[in-house]
Amino acid sequence: MKTRRQFIKISAAGAGAAALGLHTLNVKGLNLFGEREDGQTPASDEEMTAISTYCEVCFWKCAGWTYVDKKGKIRKIIGNKDDPNSNGRLCPRGTGGIGMYYDEDRLKTPLIRETKKDGTQYFRKASWDEALKKIADKMKEVKEKYGPEAFGYFNHGTPGGHLEHLMRSYGSETNAEPAYAQCRGPRSVAYLATFGAYIGSPECTDIRDTRCMVLIGSHIGENMHNQQVQEMSMAIDQNATIITVDPRFSTPAAKSKYWLPIKPATDIALLMAWIHVLIYEDIYNKDFVKKYTFGFDQLKEHVKNMTPEWAYGITTIEPDLIRRTAREMAGYAPAVLIHPGRHVVWYGDDTQRERAMGILTALLGAWGKRGSLYLPEAKPIPKFPQPPYPEPKWMWKDLNEGRYPLATMGITTELMKACIPRFKRKHQVKALMSAGANLPISMPDKPLLKEVFDSVEFFAVIDTMPMEVTGYADVVLPEATYLERYDFLRSAQNRFPSVALRMPAVKPKYESKPAWWIVKQIGERLGLHDYFNYDDYSEVLDWQLKQIGTSLEEMKKIGVKHFPRETGALYLAENEDYQFNTNTGKVELYSTELEDKGFAPMPVYKEHPEPQQNFYRLIYGRAPMHTFSRTQNNHNLWDLMKQNTVWVNPTVANLWSLKNGEKVWLKNQDGVVTDFAVEVRVTERIRWDSVYMVHGFGHSDKKLKRAYGRGASDEKMITHYVSDPISGGAGMRGNFVTFLKENPKKDGKEDKA
Amino acid sequence: MRYAMAIDTKKCVGCADCVVACQTENNVPHGYCRDWIVENVEGTYPSLDMKFQSERCNHCENAPCVRCCPTGASHIAEGGIVLVTHDDCIGCGACVEACPYDARYMHPEGYVDKCTFCIQRVDKGENPACVDVCPTYCLHFGDLDDPNSNVSKALKDRSWYVLAPEAGTEPQLYFLR
Repeated sequence: MKTRRQFIKISAAGAGAAALGLHTLNVKGLNLFGEREDGQTPASDEEMTAISTYCEVCFWKCAGWTYVDKKGKIRKIIGNKDDPNSNGRLCPRGTGGIGMYYDEDRLKTPLIRETKKDGTQYFRKASWDEALKKIADKMKEVKEKYGPEAFGYFNHGTPGGHLEHLMRSYGSETNAEPAYAQCRGPRSVAYLATFGAYIGSPECTDIRDTRCMVLIGSHIGENMHNQQVQEMSMAIDQNATIITVDPRFSTPAAKSKYWLPIKPATDIALLMAWIHVLIYEDIYNKDFVKKYTFGFDQLKEHVKNMTPEWAYGITTIEPDLIRRTAREMAGYAPAVLIHPGRHVVWYGDDTQRERAMGILTALLGAWGKRGSLYLPEAKPIPKFPQPPYPEPKWMWKDLNEGRYPLATMGITTELMKACIPRFKRKHQVKALMSAGANLPISMPDKPLLKEVFDSVEFFAVIDTMPMEVTGYADVVLPEATYLERYDFLRSAQNRFPSVALRMPAVKPKYESKPAWWIVKQIGERLGLHDYFNYDDYSEVLDWQLKQIGTSLEEMKKIGVKHFPRETGALYLAENEDYQFNTNTGKVELYSTELEDKGFAPMPVYKEHPEPQQNFYRLIYGRAPMHTFSRTQNNHNLWDLMKQNTVWVNPTVANLWSLKNGEKVWLKNQDGVVTDFAVEVRVTERIRWDSVYMVHGFGHSDKKLKRAYGRGASDEKMITHYVSDPISGGAGMRGNFVTFLKENPKKDGKEDKA
Repeated sequence: MRYAMAIDTKKCVGCADCVVACQTENNVPHGYCRDWIVENVEGTYPSLDMKFQSERCNHCENAPCVRCCPTGASHIAEGGIVLVTHDDCIGCGACVEACPYDARYMHPEGYVDKCTFCIQRVDKGENPACVDVCPTYCLHFGDLDDPNSNVSKALKDRSWYVLAPEAGTEPQLYFLR
């Protein structure tokens, strides 16, 4: 059977084909719904109850309905048709979200670390009361000895939001989330400096109505940012031009009119050359530039010599192609979308690259116009009555000690260094808590992280799964999955404001509890009742919903409610007067903010290190069926993709005599080797100077039974990062790997490659 | 009436949402699938072309699986949907071998299973689950005899191909170029 399917692949498509589906060989299947009688007739929708939720498999937070059958079993999750984030169509991760609930490897009870007489450590099952008391006691102790600020926290997603409420009530704003310094940070800083506004999430990208979309390394369709994927499809229907800049033949590259297979780490040169062409061919949007921007003359002088010929030598993109693509953008302006990207921490000059994208956007007049970036709006949700949070004596910003002056959120690596005495930071962090952040797989520089856990007095983790981070904890608290809990209202920005309700479809499995309950219990033990003045979170939701003209009762029926815009139109009107929230009130082509802080006011291309002989630049990205390191053990999603591979160009594969499917270990420039072997995927889709891996695989915690040892961790190879001096983002694309064909741990010998 | 599906390879991103939606809709056991994704790459760097195909049973007009079934479990239902009556299936696997598309698998409970175009939904006038979940709107389903059906409209102005036409099965999945 398998060979037959492979035969089809080859006959239909030539040698490059690869099936992503499942093998139907004699794999012994596990029947999730064991009591099913005939195996054929699925439960009909009419016989099931649909309960409102929004997804927590990724940050897009699509709203949907959890279908529960008469026996109380969750059968499927379907998108809510009124939801602007999903339009009723969840992505594979959202559809497969039920696997998160059914995962038999979930954290089941609170756990407390114990040490035996011989020094070995283990986790002991504990009662909720004991675990919560242990955390509350430690928080009291830290507060008395060092002040509440010394209790730091890493937060992400909705559980992170609940943790933040607890910690701010307690008096600490010493926090950081990987979503900033490991992801979006430079974008936030750059667009704030240029336009005085954030791009936000979901991004205010008008892909649906664009005539021309430019992707700088963004791989929509591989990242499954639902609404963007859907709108890219609509743009394809409308014959919009897509220009993709990527060293890899990504999914959107295959759908692009122009694919620019750029040499990695040279994007700024290409962007500046595009800016040069727009200005010196006199095809920029003069009305927009004149009315809304500051610093055009300086920019014109700045890019004078940044010609396509200059950029060719750097980027390997031919001058003619640079000119043609610039003209194509100009031809469609202002309905052009220079997509700001999302995970943008690449080379440490990322704020400047994002600035260059912002400047290009402004020259095209492609801001606040149909088909470019629209003006988003979200519904403000009133805060449930509580006393004001206490004012901390110091907070995340103070950990930077003058570094990264434009950072808008806490920087993970700075918080980590504040935990380690040898860095002699002014403010010392003594204890940590985390929720929704699997630091060992999201953070570069593993030895530093290990030192953090060795240094702090106490570490508590809230999670649904035994992720690697739980292995370092003193107390582990099992959180209920999103299908089993009430949570914050989702009020995300979009073209129009909307609010979505998440409520429990079933009771929490095992002894897991919702994050809102966990933090309330700790808060009560700290005497912070006034911040948690409710018995059930549904009371908070009902109060909030009534403030905005609806109710919990109504929301249970509709799941998503739309609200009219209150901040004006979606787009700027023709010649509308508009004050940008920058120093000059204009779009700053020349950034006075950056100049004030001692940085280059306009982007400059600088060279980055290149791979040594026999080494290849490690590029990483997303697969549509997985989120970060969160989903690899989810049975439904594991079924779709069990492991990552390392993509190798055939020329490189020939040099190394690597075959498709062959297992290799990777070693990076610092001699660090992957924990596990990874299969080679020989493919033309990657340049010969780079290799590519999907992020999030190579789990090393054996408690994740399905995910353990499957594929290799790209993050483990990222021992080197370059901090962006402006934003604090950690540039992670400057790592180089080589191949080890023998198991390095078996013979203990170092490969000399 | 002739049910068929058109798959727009220009829009498909190969995310496999169709696969997991089918699994949850139809209780397909873990480790098995009724639909799957094939990625086709042609050319050499940097002159490349790639397309994704969401594949499943072709619900053939001239279905070899039905012809070879010794018990009549494999049959063609109204609208040309090829089905297996699980109770009549003896699990001999002849149809699995006969299918040129490898669309059938042996269910762990001992019968052959495959895509039904979600007949339980189609009977109610709905789309198959894969069609309704697809985030790229690349799947079009309906009755070819109805010129206003989604599939008829999708095929009208586009060039298309079918898989393994040489097998003479008259497949009813149409891949839009």
